[in-house]
Amino acid sequence: MSDPHSDVKLIDEEGKRLDGRALDELRPIRIEAGVLERADGSCYLEWGSNKVLVGVYGPREVHPKHMQNPLKGIVQARYNMASFSVSERKRPGPDRRAVEISKIISEALECVVLTDQFPRTTVDVYIEVIEASAGTRCAGLTAASVALADAGIPMKDLVVAIASGKIGDKLALDLGKAEDNFGQADVPFAIVPRTGEVVLLQMDGHLTIKEFETVLDMNARAAAQVYELQKQALVKRYSAYAEPAPGEEQAAHPVPAVVASGDPEHFHEPKIAAPAPIDAVVDEILGEVEKVAPAVPGEEPEVNADEDEAEGGE
Amino acid sequence: MPADIVSFIKRDYIHSMAKQGVRLDGRGMEEIREVTVTKPFVTSAEGSARVRLGKTDVIVGVKIEPGTPFADRPNQGVLIANAELVPIASPDFETGPPRPPAIELARVTDRAIREAQTFDLAPLCIEPGKKVWMVFVDIHPVDYHGNLFDSCEWGALAALTVANVPWSKIDPDRKDERLKLDNLPVSITVAKLSGKLLVDPSLDEEEVADARLTVCTDQNGDVRAMQKGLAGSFTVDEVKYIVELSRALGKQVRSKLAD
Repeated sequence: MSDPHSDVKLIDEEGKRLDGRALDELRPIRIEAGVLERADGSCYLEWGSNKVLVGVYGPREVHPKHMQNPLKGIVQARYNMASFSVSERKRPGPDRRAVEISKIISEALECVVLTDQFPRTTVDVYIEVIEASAGTRCAGLTAASVALADAGIPMKDLVVAIASGKIGDKLALDLGKAEDNFGQADVPFAIVPRTGEVVLLQMDGHLTIKEFETVLDMNARAAAQVYELQKQALVKRYSAYAEPAPGEEQAAHPVPAVVASGDPEHFHEPKIAAPAPIDAVVDEILGEVEKVAPAVPGEEPEVNADEDEAEGGE
Repeated sequence: MPADIVSFIKRDYIHSMAKQGVRLDGRGMEEIREVTVTKPFVTSAEGSARVRLGKTDVIVGVKIEPGTPFADRPNQGVLIANAELVPIASPDFETGPPRPPAIELARVTDRAIREAQTFDLAPLCIEPGKKVWMVFVDIHPVDYHGNLFDSCEWGALAALTVANVPWSKIDPDRKDERLKLDNLPVSITVAKLSGKLLVDPSLDEEEVADARLTVCTDQNGDVRAMQKGLAGSFTVDEVKYIVELSRALGKQVRSKLAD
């Protein structure tokens, strides 16, 4: 973290951040699964101004061969920033930062992938950062888990990653670029929502124990929102194949309780309701999903007629 | 590009179809796939574009930054075009240092843009001998379904048409200026299979092609760059035909890219 006494004012008098967000507000997120043809699974994710494209190949043969594990498969993520993804051109190819990020993302993913089901093979995860604006490792990991699911890789759950921290003496969710550069602390964090396992955690800066615990809680809570978007992206991708079981409820994706402590007193800002931009995205995706797979059979909206015909009717 | 292992039956099938003037995807022999251009695509770049040629998908970013001129051209800006075969685009692309196919692709694209004098490098001089604008054209294919030579060159050109020189970064009194393009070079690639010529080879066709020729022409119909590839050969008449085809098709593509 940079000089905490920097002149950059990250929070205004009304408690809003530079980009107008509240302290507990995520940037707008858009997730699309299955965007590439060659890759076995893929995901395009926009998170604020971040643009990330992930392609998954595998399980396939490991090269070099000595890296094979006869007992389980391996997950090899490669985090790569496009030279034009940042304001000052980045030299192409991996640098020390990219190698480190690739390693921790691989490890985080290996925790959810059921690697014992495909021994001696590798699943390669290529994360291409097309545009970077703080939180790219989290955006990349979030997208990577969707791409893995899109590839049909056996997994125990998706992974959601978020980086929060401390700016202008306040704790803030999902740090933006200036906040990352001039803030006081940054905590990139990834969780497996269904089990509550933390699979990636880094921290730099200066936080009290209480602040750190609050940041963890903020991250975990917000992860539930992102988790919904991930699932909706996958539902949307495969809804064309879906035949809803008779009487199946559309809302079969409950938000799991992911907050470890759950103590609301930890929060400086009590309101954790989903912010407007996220709502809009969820509504948009949900709306489209509902069109394709209506909740109640017999109440199918008209838009569905064409698709049913294409599939030869009921 | 690195070739997949192709079964004899598939190779023979594509070749025997070609002999009858038919293509696997139903296209005519002189027909290019659908071209979609999105520009600009990346706000962190001074210019950018995403070009889709059929299912082939290429993202190009242009970065323009102050740097040191070459010693033998102290009064000119610098143009560097680079294509990276990132492994996301194909199961056959691997990590590590670029191999001959990637280097050929990068150099052919660079040559097309450079030799066509697409833009004048002289106005990109900031301080003679000391500081000039460096124009980096970085090309990322993300989905490879054949014909990267054309899709990369088209992406580079499309990105340059929306590139801004960020003068305000070094001189607060000066506004950013759109990079002025003098020429619009467009390359067209033709593959030869069993003596037949197919424009814009798809992945399947590229994998079993005998020879390949890329011809880059400008808006005046003049030839600006060429590259012949693979182990097969062309007759002189075939080369002349390909140049003519490149001029005609280049015109169509140019209007899409520069639009």
